[in-house]
Amino acid sequence: MYTTDLSGKGKAETAAAEDPAMLATFEARVAADEFIEPKDWMPEAYRKTLIRQISQHAHSEIVGMLPEGNWITRAPNLRRKAILLAKVQDEGGHGLYLYCAAETLGVSRDEMTEALLSGKAKYSTIFNYPTLTWADIGAIGWLVDGAAIMNQVPLQRTSYGPYARAMVRICKEESFHQRQGYEIMMHLAAGTEAQKRMAQDALNRWWWPSLMMFGPPDDKSPNTEQSLRWRIKRDTNDELRQKFVDITVPQAEAIGLTVPDPALKWNEERGAYDFGDVDWEEFYAVVRGEGAVAKERMQARQKAWEDGAWVREAARVHAEKKAVGNRQLAVGAR
Amino acid sequence: MSDPSKEWPLWEVFVRGKGGLSHRHVGSVHAADGKMALEHARDTYTRRMEGVSLWVLPSAQIIASDPGDAAALFKPAEDKVYRHPTFYKIPDGIKHI
Repeated sequence: MYTTDLSGKGKAETAAAEDPAMLATFEARVAADEFIEPKDWMPEAYRKTLIRQISQHAHSEIVGMLPEGNWITRAPNLRRKAILLAKVQDEGGHGLYLYCAAETLGVSRDEMTEALLSGKAKYSTIFNYPTLTWADIGAIGWLVDGAAIMNQVPLQRTSYGPYARAMVRICKEESFHQRQGYEIMMHLAAGTEAQKRMAQDALNRWWWPSLMMFGPPDDKSPNTEQSLRWRIKRDTNDELRQKFVDITVPQAEAIGLTVPDPALKWNEERGAYDFGDVDWEEFYAVVRGEGAVAKERMQARQKAWEDGAWVREAARVHAEKKAVGNRQLAVGAR
Repeated sequence: MSDPSKEWPLWEVFVRGKGGLSHRHVGSVHAADGKMALEHARDTYTRRMEGVSLWVLPSAQIIASDPGDAAALFKPAEDKVYRHPTFYKIPDGIKHI
């Protein structure tokens, strides 16, 4: 899963106060497609932008476990249940790879968790929509993970080494997510009338939120230019959105489902689909926290954090006691 | 705000892909102790048969070279091409060398 940068509020981090010589060397390295590693010199704005982007990405993976976790106990059979469990576990793993990558930039895990739980940090708007039927699990795998792959594949060449390496692992695992989702949709679409209706209904509800996952249109995405120059981002939001539409529409047609966009039309001249306008008002409302299940998602994460507090504390104290015990044994043995 | 001294420490994780290969760095995990770090490493980095053996060690124990010293450390090797076998011109007729 993936999130675009949502918390910039229109102001890109600026590199104004940096040593011009250091900055020039850094920019040249990045322009030459070299990787920047944790101990290398980097502009503060690069560090901050990356911390924000990687931690938002990690939060999205973790919160993204909730909508699908909702269906684990109600998966229609054991095969689907085992698959869904594995997928949700992968999302947790992806969150952890990314938190580690962010930590190499000097932010602590607890700081990031606190930023999420206090509402200061954002996560992908897509997870603030509810999963109403089993078909939603199919639609999420196919569309949401599909959009995520589109976003993440170019990030395997992002300029920050630890982020790029996390993306390589994630992309390898993400492809299973998309295929299992499409397989669910394929089966439902080939099933009874009611099952087909359920698949179409899920596509109707998830299509537009999936297009929103690529973030605001390019002319309203002020961070894009600097992020592209620093190779934190490799393609613009609109480029990726177009690519996603072009790839996904034939997949829907192949299983007899209809993309819910009356303006959708193949444009021979462009060799791409024209498609309708995304409702950006809805997008910004969800970013502001007005998504259908935004409160529920945050409460679930807060509860998990608070309920786990005694475990974290007990394990820490136990480890300390054991370490002291071992030191005493070592002294005694002299 | 949380107390940083109460956060579980960070451990670096190394995986041996298969017998005959060396352990390779794959990422890190938080854990209260080494045993838990191994368990977390197993769950986080080997869900798809990525390895046959794991190493974990406290991240704080790693001593790393400074990128600022990279030139002093590694540049001197650049003009010592005579350390490579291709530096030496041997006539075509000479075999097994």
